[in-house]
Amino acid sequence: MNVPSNLKYTKSDEWFDPSTGNLGITDYAQSQLSDIVFVELLVEVGEEISAGKPIASVESVKASAEIYAAAGGKVAAVNSALVDKPDTLNSDPFGEGWMIKLEGGAEGDVMDAAAYTAYCDGRAH
Amino acid sequence: MTNPKIVEPTVFELSSPGRIGVTFPTPDVPRADFPTDLLREDLPLPELAEVDVVRHYMHLSKFNYSVDSGFYPLGSCTMKYNPKIDEDTCRLPGFLYTHPLQPIETVQGNLALMYQMQEWLKEISGFAGVTLQPAAGAHGEFTGVLMMRAYHKARGDHKRTKMIVPDSAHGTNPASAGMLGMSIVVIPSDARGNVDLEKLKAACDDTVVGMMLTNPNTLGMFDEHVEEIVKIVHDCGGLMYGDGANLNALLGIVRPGDLGFDVMHFNLHKTFAVPHGGGGPGSGPVGVSQRLLDFLPEPLVGILEDGDDEEQAPLYGFVKPPQSIGRMKAFHGHFGGGLVRAYTYIAMHGPDGLKDIAQYAVLNANYLLARLRSTYHVPFDRICMHEFVAEGQFEGSDVRALDIAKRLMDYDFHPPTNYFPLIVHEALMIEPTETENKDTLDAFADALIKIAEEAKSQPELLHEAPHNTPFGRMDEVKAARELVLCCWLPEDYNENA
Repeated sequence: MNVPSNLKYTKSDEWFDPSTGNLGITDYAQSQLSDIVFVELLVEVGEEISAGKPIASVESVKASAEIYAAAGGKVAAVNSALVDKPDTLNSDPFGEGWMIKLEGGAEGDVMDAAAYTAYCDGRAH
Repeated sequence: MTNPKIVEPTVFELSSPGRIGVTFPTPDVPRADFPTDLLREDLPLPELAEVDVVRHYMHLSKFNYSVDSGFYPLGSCTMKYNPKIDEDTCRLPGFLYTHPLQPIETVQGNLALMYQMQEWLKEISGFAGVTLQPAAGAHGEFTGVLMMRAYHKARGDHKRTKMIVPDSAHGTNPASAGMLGMSIVVIPSDARGNVDLEKLKAACDDTVVGMMLTNPNTLGMFDEHVEEIVKIVHDCGGLMYGDGANLNALLGIVRPGDLGFDVMHFNLHKTFAVPHGGGGPGSGPVGVSQRLLDFLPEPLVGILEDGDDEEQAPLYGFVKPPQSIGRMKAFHGHFGGGLVRAYTYIAMHGPDGLKDIAQYAVLNANYLLARLRSTYHVPFDRICMHEFVAEGQFEGSDVRALDIAKRLMDYDFHPPTNYFPLIVHEALMIEPTETENKDTLDAFADALIKIAEEAKSQPELLHEAPHNTPFGRMDEVKAARELVLCCWLPEDYNENA
């Protein structure tokens, strides 16, 4: 499982990059969901959001999931390319699979990579 | 992968010009021509003889797997065998050839059956009133939540906008409340599969409409604190909704009304043996406690004029509850398909028979659990009710629940529900129902144990399963992404319009 050390993580398996302001879902999340077939982005550019707000709805062949903002701030960009290519979330969750970009992002309830890795290991069963 | 020998052509492919199924006699009345502007020039219908049509559909029907062809342990769906006597009763001409707009004096038999059905469902569930209108389970939920909202509004209590659901809930519960604009508060389950009481207490305040609880829940667990849960919700002024999807486990043993629930839908198509699985029709009557009685949808079936014990039957008709939320359906529910079949089933079993249903359903599920728990990890492992949830994964193996489900088809079993509930990884949700004998249960357990061995020795066999079916592994991503929603697009269809 890939857990980049420079990112912050939520218990609901989203990541936040403090240096770029990007938000997305983790490798663990995409592997649990399996093949993702549908993405709906629930926020628009310019919107002020708070940490914990639902930013997207994602469906896989197994399940559907709400994705929550790992940080709050002003939405600077949304990755609408995901709508046509939802499988990007499976192939590159930390790169091309970014979901939204925040300006002046204030972290919500997040943990570092080591804590998130331990948290995922604890859920293996 | 498909086996080309087995694929059945469409009726259009089978068509050959000039083949005729039915020849009409020479008319014995003067022929009248349609106005030409109503005639089309071309109508490309397939041309087939009757025998071609019968064989075509007979071939197609053999691709189907139904509860009449084998074991169907689809968790949460209660795919019990449906007795064939129900098919006779719902086709009795007196039921079959009536119309919902007939004068009530001409349909007293139908109304008597509906009245009795309301009474029986009240007795079975411990509720004060029942509507038979809702068309299926989720429609029943919507009806129930509408009544909960109407109750609070009628008391001038306008602050209540939150609906509490456990994380093991059927997805329809939050969807029903969400359709009414309510916000959803999800309560996690504790280590024993019960609602986490502390989290529930923290969520309860004067903005709560109520809580929607399935008991037994989707893990097949009877919530050990159900009475306390009801009390916590009532104490903050909320109402308690029961999802009756799993009522089969409780018949004749526990009545939700006695536990303090205020409203519950029945799934007649699950609990009372109305055939389902092909997309309907279902039937979702709703029972309510005394305080919601006045809000029931109109019309209910009532007695307009009392009869006497000797000769005069009562006059049945329609009545309107004083603060009714209105109609939930154009007419009176799924009468023949749902109510007559379920009535027959209840009448045939009687009180003791209904209790047997619950006891055998629970016994069968626990027998399967006992045979499988050493092979498949069961995360919430205690005495289960009518179903249980195992994990379809093994340490150090890349075999997943979907592979196991597909491989079961090679052993001629319908797979269990998979990937639900969401709180179990790689969930396999197994509900055998009461109608299966020990031989069938053993054969199913043997197959699952053999598949677990195959998962270790030949994982590819599972990844590529099923092998023995007319069609092999479907491409689920393609099916979800590349939708074909109609047979052809109109000529003037503009994709960008």
